[in-house]
Amino acid sequence: MSAPKIAVIDNGICNLRSVTKALEAVGSTPVVVHEPGEVKNVEGLVLPGVGALRDCVAALRSTGLDRTVRSWIEEDRPFLAVCLGMQALFESSEEGNISGLGVFRGKVIRFRRPPEYKIPHMGWNSVRFVQPESPLAAGLSREGESFYFVHSFHCVPEDPGLVLAECDYGGVFTAAIGRGRCFATQFHPEKSQAKGLAIYRNFVGVAAGATVR
Amino acid sequence: MLSRRIIPCLDVTAGRVVKGVKFQELRDAGDPVACAKAYDAQGADELIFLDITASSDERKIMHDVVAATAEQCFMPVTVGGGLRSVSDIEAMLKSGADKVSLNTAAIKSPQLVADASLRFGNQCIVVAIDAKREPDGKSWRVYTHGGRNPTELDAVTWARQAVSLGAGEILLTSMDRDGTGAGYDIELTRAISDAVEVPVIASGGAGAMDHFADVLDQGHASAVLAASLFHFGTFTVPQVKQYLANRGIPVRR
Repeated sequence: MSAPKIAVIDNGICNLRSVTKALEAVGSTPVVVHEPGEVKNVEGLVLPGVGALRDCVAALRSTGLDRTVRSWIEEDRPFLAVCLGMQALFESSEEGNISGLGVFRGKVIRFRRPPEYKIPHMGWNSVRFVQPESPLAAGLSREGESFYFVHSFHCVPEDPGLVLAECDYGGVFTAAIGRGRCFATQFHPEKSQAKGLAIYRNFVGVAAGATVR
Repeated sequence: MLSRRIIPCLDVTAGRVVKGVKFQELRDAGDPVACAKAYDAQGADELIFLDITASSDERKIMHDVVAATAEQCFMPVTVGGGLRSVSDIEAMLKSGADKVSLNTAAIKSPQLVADASLRFGNQCIVVAIDAKREPDGKSWRVYTHGGRNPTELDAVTWARQAVSLGAGEILLTSMDRDGTGAGYDIELTRAISDAVEVPVIASGGAGAMDHFADVLDQGHASAVLAASLFHFGTFTVPQVKQYLANRGIPVRR
């Protein structure tokens, strides 16, 4: 079987290289896309994100890729969002009081923690997979794997069944979500060494089982 | 639980590591990419490249170093040195840096911190502060140009201002302790860490295992930086993590 092709959305952020390199390292062929017309002949779609949520969402809307993302997820095609990309999927965010794509019910809120908990939540924290049967978690320990986080806001899904992984930072928050073949992580798998590459490898594995569109 | 981070720092000039890294497994101790890979393999939590190149022509080489590192190491990389504008920062982030560290440029132009933070998010803007204890022994003055030039700034005040401008992290170096191996300046680190909301990386003075534990514990640092200690192989990253774990400090293993 040939390497699955994965479209990676370029919404003007800066860390695309680490995402595409991670996808290459696990045997897929990343294709950087800037507009809906370029999302073709690929098995999976990745929405990375770093920076400000307002810019991320505005870029998706201006190119029309917001509709691509929405219909892609509705059709249960293999999808992975990272960090801000995950936050963009919800209805609203406290970061600049903006509205997101609203793919999932819920909001994005700022960490409210005692002062000894530094904001941004930055560094390696361990997660607990609460959907241990999820293909994204294949080969990873159910509890205790560490991933690299850097964020000041976190997602609060309305449906607790959406939560794929939890993390504790002065209180539990949602570290990843999953439904069908749609996944999103608050942490950066492309910055999380071998365990992070395992996440990409698992996602590419899901994509390899999908039909090309 | 969030782990405390262990961060090796590599000084790079014209694409070569200064002094070199004395790892047995390294064929070219002066190659920054090879050094980065070695630290990646050791389980370093992040890596910092400090570009001490004097000429702007040679500075372009740093982009290739960062790009090659980002292609081979799936860990966070911070680059500092010589970044003076939003476009300098953008180019370095596009080369593959996850964060940039601003020192003299931030002091000369605090607006740069605000502009860069607004554009790229505060999570990738580190403000580096070089501080030296004042003769009164109770406060610390900010220095620029590697500790040569004193400023009018008080370190705690400047740290607060840098964070309000948009710094997402503070890289704090004690000029009194840097290169001495006598231990981090715990009082300085705690004064800054307790004054700001963002994480503080302690730097300058690491010479023994308990220095790491003390500055994380009593100094309230979120991360520790060391250079020569790791480069000369005095300790490896796993050894430091083992020691910290034994002291009850959370580290990633």
